[in-house]
Amino acid sequence: MAEPRVMDIKDQPGFRSIAVICLLVLYIPVLILMIFSFNSGSLVTHWEGVTLKWYGSAFLNEEFHSAAKNTLIISVTATIVSTICATLAAIGMTRVKPWRGLAAAFMVINLPLMVPEIITAVATLSFFALIAGVFGLNFGIGNLILAHTVFCIPFAYMPIRARLEDMDLTLEYAAADLYATPWNAFKRITLPLLVPGIMSGAALAFIVSFDDFTITQLVAGPGQTTLPLYIWNQIRRPMTPEINAISTILLLVSILFVSVSFLIARRRAK
Amino acid sequence: MPEQPGKNAIEVRGVRKVFGTGENQVAALDTVSVSIRENEFFTLLGPSGCGKTTLLRLIAGFDFPTAGEILLHGQDIAPLPPYKRPVNTVFQSYALFPHMTVAQNIGFGLEMLGKPKDEIEARVAQMLKLVKMEALKARRTSQISGGQQQRVALARALAPQPKVLLLDEPLSALDYKLRKEMQIELKRLQNETGITFIFVTHDQEEALTMSDRIAVMSAGKILQVGTPRDIYDRPAERFVADFIGETNFLPGTVVSKQAGVATVKFASSATISAGYPEGFDPTGEVTLVVRPEHADLVPDPAKGTITGTLSNIVYFGTDTHYHVKLDGGGENFIVRHQNSRSSAVTYETGIKVGVQFEEDAARVLKD
Repeated sequence: MAEPRVMDIKDQPGFRSIAVICLLVLYIPVLILMIFSFNSGSLVTHWEGVTLKWYGSAFLNEEFHSAAKNTLIISVTATIVSTICATLAAIGMTRVKPWRGLAAAFMVINLPLMVPEIITAVATLSFFALIAGVFGLNFGIGNLILAHTVFCIPFAYMPIRARLEDMDLTLEYAAADLYATPWNAFKRITLPLLVPGIMSGAALAFIVSFDDFTITQLVAGPGQTTLPLYIWNQIRRPMTPEINAISTILLLVSILFVSVSFLIARRRAK
Repeated sequence: MPEQPGKNAIEVRGVRKVFGTGENQVAALDTVSVSIRENEFFTLLGPSGCGKTTLLRLIAGFDFPTAGEILLHGQDIAPLPPYKRPVNTVFQSYALFPHMTVAQNIGFGLEMLGKPKDEIEARVAQMLKLVKMEALKARRTSQISGGQQQRVALARALAPQPKVLLLDEPLSALDYKLRKEMQIELKRLQNETGITFIFVTHDQEEALTMSDRIAVMSAGKILQVGTPRDIYDRPAERFVADFIGETNFLPGTVVSKQAGVATVKFASSATISAGYPEGFDPTGEVTLVVRPEHADLVPDPAKGTITGTLSNIVYFGTDTHYHVKLDGGGENFIVRHQNSRSSAVTYETGIKVGVQFEEDAARVLKD
């Protein structure tokens, strides 16, 4: 056998078995959850037979409907607003002359990724309590939208910035050379080429907002139950496979979004 | 030599460009002045880092000069942004817009100028024909070859009918054969369009074959401006002679001089008369330059201007280089012979030979 010229990790002893174990540990719990959503018995631990009735009851469940509606309103709004903010921030930080504090600004934008979520949650809660106390203001579901928008910005920012940094600056010079004003150059060249980055950023923001629990749990007021909160409330009661069905639906929505953003990014990269 | 005003497409007057601040200041261009005539194929030639691309970027408007003026047909354009200058650029990387078709790329400049749709279409069709790309007009720019991208980049820059076309090493990414083809193509396009071309390259052969005039640059300065023949046969400085083509450098001492001709004595005590550039006063130890093809090898050392031992013979197909180790020492002297079907004399390494050259083949140059 010829000596391999570079080390290939696949040739290391035990590589395959470790890889398989890792994948199993990651996905078996999710698979079991999905399988039991088809359980005809009413226990999530004891298999009795195959049925779709839990999906039927989930779709007829009014509480599920209202939670889904809240979740969509919050995550769609938060996604749109945070993606716009992130796009502007990314452009402002890659298409300017380097200034003092640029590195600091970059850190400030990404800090929320590193702050433990429970801290952000408590801080957000205190913030809204303060405005409610001092100014008597309560934005209702707007509180949640605001909170989600803020913590989604760094997630949306990352892929957009990466795309902007990868982009060949000469293209913008070429546009200016061909009589495009800065605004036209942005509209016709930079923005269309940035779309895949914006799409990935938006998909990431949506996923993060869609399944957020910690911050939502603390900030949500009465009647503002989102899907993760609804599931949390359900499992504190005797659990039925309906929860598995709802979780599976959530999972599928997430997978759908991630796949779409991945496909768009890949198609544009060609 | 004062140039007539109005005949110049571009006039660069005392332009300085400094990058960085404080102690890190670097003068990329050190007070450069040059006039580029209308309808001229003008080349900025020099090694990387000599400032040629900086000068091009200043003319295009991607950078602004620290000091000095850049006149386009007599009007100072130095403070204008690039989109207000009737000047277009062909980029080294082509910089074609990847999300547009070939035709959309070519039409972009006209579209930005707000030209009516039918005029754009007609002009794009004309450009496609000019660069022979009609068949591929609907393709994405990622679906065509490097040579084709090059043509599209040219068509895109020529479509708005700029007063001056700037070309930033546009041929450097092409392979040898394609580069030769494009050199001829570029000359043809320049003749057909009558647009002033300013071409940046580090390739001296490219510069010699294509240009009407060449400016040789080094370390932020223009050393010499002239026709390819001027630059090659009458280099103004040692750097120019060294950078363009191959050159032999012979150390010697000036014995006397008169009316632009100096008599120089070599270590071997042979003497020769050699010209020197205007405004240069050679004295004492100097260096003579002689082009390898301007010298001849003679079998009888007594007939040579200088003598030495043949140390190496290198065959190049079209010609042969003879390396002669001179009797006075120093670097090997190279003589280039054009190969013909019947080379009369054959030489062997190790024999004593003479190297012969005419008076006007040798020049004394500033170091």
